Amino acid sequence: MRRIGIDVGGTNTDAVLIEDGQVRGAVKAPTTLDVTSGILDALARLTATDVLGGKTLDAVMIGTTHFINAVVQRRWLTKIGALRIGLPASATLPPFCDWPEDLADVVRGTVAMVEGGHEYDGRAFMPLDTGAVRGAAREMRAQGIRSVAISSIFSPLDPSHEREAAVIVAEEIPDAAITCSSDLGRIGLLERENAALLNAALADLARETITAFERAIASSGISAPLYITQNDGTVVEAAQAMRLPVYSFASGATNSMRGAAYLSGIKDAVVADVGGTTTDVGQIRHGFPREANAVVKVGGVRTLFRMPDLLSVGLGGGSHVSLNPLSVGPLSVGYRLTTDAVAFGGDQLTASDIGIAAGLLEIGDGAKVSHIDEPTCRRVLDHIQSMVEESIDRMKTEAGDVVLLAVGGGAFLIPDDLEGVSQVIRVPHGDCANAVGAAIAQVSGEIDQVFRDMTREDAIATAEHLAAGRAEAAGADRSTLVVIDTEDIPIAYLPGNARRVRVRCVGDVVTGERTSNGA
Amino acid sequence: MKDFPVLSLDDIEALAVGAWILGTGGGGSSYLGLLNMRRLYAEGHRVRLMPPEALEDDDWVAVVSNMGAPLVGQERLTDSRLIPRAVTLMEEHRGVSFKAVMALEIGGGNGVQPLMAAAHLNIPVVDADLMGRAYPEAQMTSAAVGGLRPDPLAIVDCRGIEAIVEKVPTWKWMERVSRKICVEYGSIAATCKAPRTGREVKDWGIPLTTSKAIAIGRAVREAQARHHDPIEAILSVEPGKVLFRGKVTDVERRTTEGFLRGRATISGLDNDRGAQVVLDFQNEWIVAWQDGEALATSPDLICVLDSTAGEAIGTETIRYGQRVTILALPPPAVFTTPKGLEHVGPRAFGYNLPYKSVFA
Repeated sequence: MRRIGIDVGGTNTDAVLIEDGQVRGAVKAPTTLDVTSGILDALARLTATDVLGGKTLDAVMIGTTHFINAVVQRRWLTKIGALRIGLPASATLPPFCDWPEDLADVVRGTVAMVEGGHEYDGRAFMPLDTGAVRGAAREMRAQGIRSVAISSIFSPLDPSHEREAAVIVAEEIPDAAITCSSDLGRIGLLERENAALLNAALADLARETITAFERAIASSGISAPLYITQNDGTVVEAAQAMRLPVYSFASGATNSMRGAAYLSGIKDAVVADVGGTTTDVGQIRHGFPREANAVVKVGGVRTLFRMPDLLSVGLGGGSHVSLNPLSVGPLSVGYRLTTDAVAFGGDQLTASDIGIAAGLLEIGDGAKVSHIDEPTCRRVLDHIQSMVEESIDRMKTEAGDVVLLAVGGGAFLIPDDLEGVSQVIRVPHGDCANAVGAAIAQVSGEIDQVFRDMTREDAIATAEHLAAGRAEAAGADRSTLVVIDTEDIPIAYLPGNARRVRVRCVGDVVTGERTSNGA
Repeated sequence: MKDFPVLSLDDIEALAVGAWILGTGGGGSSYLGLLNMRRLYAEGHRVRLMPPEALEDDDWVAVVSNMGAPLVGQERLTDSRLIPRAVTLMEEHRGVSFKAVMALEIGGGNGVQPLMAAAHLNIPVVDADLMGRAYPEAQMTSAAVGGLRPDPLAIVDCRGIEAIVEKVPTWKWMERVSRKICVEYGSIAATCKAPRTGREVKDWGIPLTTSKAIAIGRAVREAQARHHDPIEAILSVEPGKVLFRGKVTDVERRTTEGFLRGRATISGLDNDRGAQVVLDFQNEWIVAWQDGEALATSPDLICVLDSTAGEAIGTETIRYGQRVTILALPPPAVFTTPKGLEHVGPRAFGYNLPYKSVFA
């Protein structure tokens, strides 16, 4: 197995080459505004290390925080049309009803609600008002809308009204990107609809970004298939990710945590990923991130995605430091570290400057920070230590000390002795753990089907068997397959104890040989 | 009415959290009701909370609830205008004018329903309910224990389908007939149940449950904001008992006769490591089992909470891997009498078990 893993973060673009389970090369380049040149830069640096050696590659896997950053920063989003099928129910809670106003202002174009939808037992709630759908589509077209999210009551059980509406919208707006909520999820109209709205808002950005990824790779002379990593640590082909970018939302954090587990060989630990702007603290169990229990808010919007349970604190290498009164973050110079930080001739004191002055980090010009005395460094580092300790404590689910894996470019900020931590482990290439996580991402197989005339146990077992078959067909190694998601919903109206079962399993990509530290 | 205190939006936010905890796994999430209230408050509506003793004996009080499967409520979202429509339908039918509105059940989304009616109709909400929590059936109320009349019932669907159940001999008949209507509607309906007089509310209502839900919710919200333990915070305002802490390892659900039935298995963590608790539910958590013995049963309130956030986890939303704390809260006295236990004790749910309170 020879793969390149790339993580396009807000500050750095990291790239690693993994061959037969070993990291053969790891490089870092600044992320650029156009994304492409940052990737080209990283790939050029990787090539310069001579590890590629002209050999063929199996895959390039890219993880990016680009999409979630766009939502959080309210940038590069597309104004969309929202079409909800389900009147006369839910009328006082229209699409966008619980969105932060600043985000809704950017995304909300035309909002329409029409009659239709289904009941929990499969009956039609109301006939689909196709005339109203067409009218809404025409209004959207008149307003210049090119991306439409369609949601319908109980569409996870019967997506036919969403599909029918999608056909009508496509007739009226032939170049529209259409997101149907039934492609994204589960029961819970508002949260499923929110996911569809976010996905639609990312339509242009996803197309541009992933096309840029493809261009960058092609112009590097690499001819391996491109995969994009997803929130759950698996990959999809680029075309699929372009259609459903929300599934790649939180892949950066997942990749870091899985990369940290892989590099250290430790599968149960707390991971602190210190980047340029934030520190993400999460917990891995059996090599996978612990998932958030409850509704996950993305940029202030409620969704039901399965996401790693993460605590993000505004602490990173680029964090602004002010001495009187003492504070660190949450503002950061981000990717402008090498121009704005004191050690690089800028005038913004950052956590990295303190690290350089304290001898923890060797970048920039040490002479420029030599005026920062030792007690001052101590005071700032003590403050950072208490920030880290509090975050770790909040992410613990049990009393007792934990092993901490410190990764990311800002990991030098994590001290070796921490309250509540038995051991701080730093691994080689830990500053590229996210790219490693991308490179070792797995493939999945999913089944979503109604089973009849069998017990719940048999239905789930059958579904698991079918999902495993699909994962294998997608290139997974059978011996590594694990079920990561099982959901079953009884369907009362059908005879024969019918139930809808959804099973998702994942496994490593089949390779010629496996090594002992394979994830 | 001018004298009764106006609920702030912050009170209503706390009510939503507290009502969901008192929902004991059912009653549906109060989130959508809260969204409606935020919108109504933004439009300038305000709701006043009236103590039950302020009612005159011959005042009429509308008892409202949304009935059906919580799962359906997550798809057919609460329209704030539907519950007041059930109230006005009852007024038209009975030719009376309601002085105030109260919750049938404080637990879950139904804790917020009367506020929507109150906001639209400009009448106060009585600080009381008839369950003190959430229960799945019509006869599981203090009004039924008190032998009060079960009829009539106004039951409406957002598609303009409206029905009155004029007369039934017993609460169980009301349950059977209204349930059939509700299932036909799509397992969700807004109802205004047998109107109560002020005297009846003072004699048989469970008093001050709205303020109790607000207090619990406020404790949790403040603990969350300060990163304190929310479970401890609940115990500081309510005489509850932590029964078990663990992780959800299996959930089985089946929908029968309009109810969500099933069981969830919790495997212990921390001090409970190695042990297992199985929770049986019929919309709400009914019995907690450990090693084949009942650890707690209705009418004790069995609450399953997110161990970290302190928020309630419902029978609809519980899923594998969640870290949960099982907390018991004491039941209203009216349900621990022999008559009360006939209505809501373990036998009322088909368990051949005596009621042994966690708090005995």
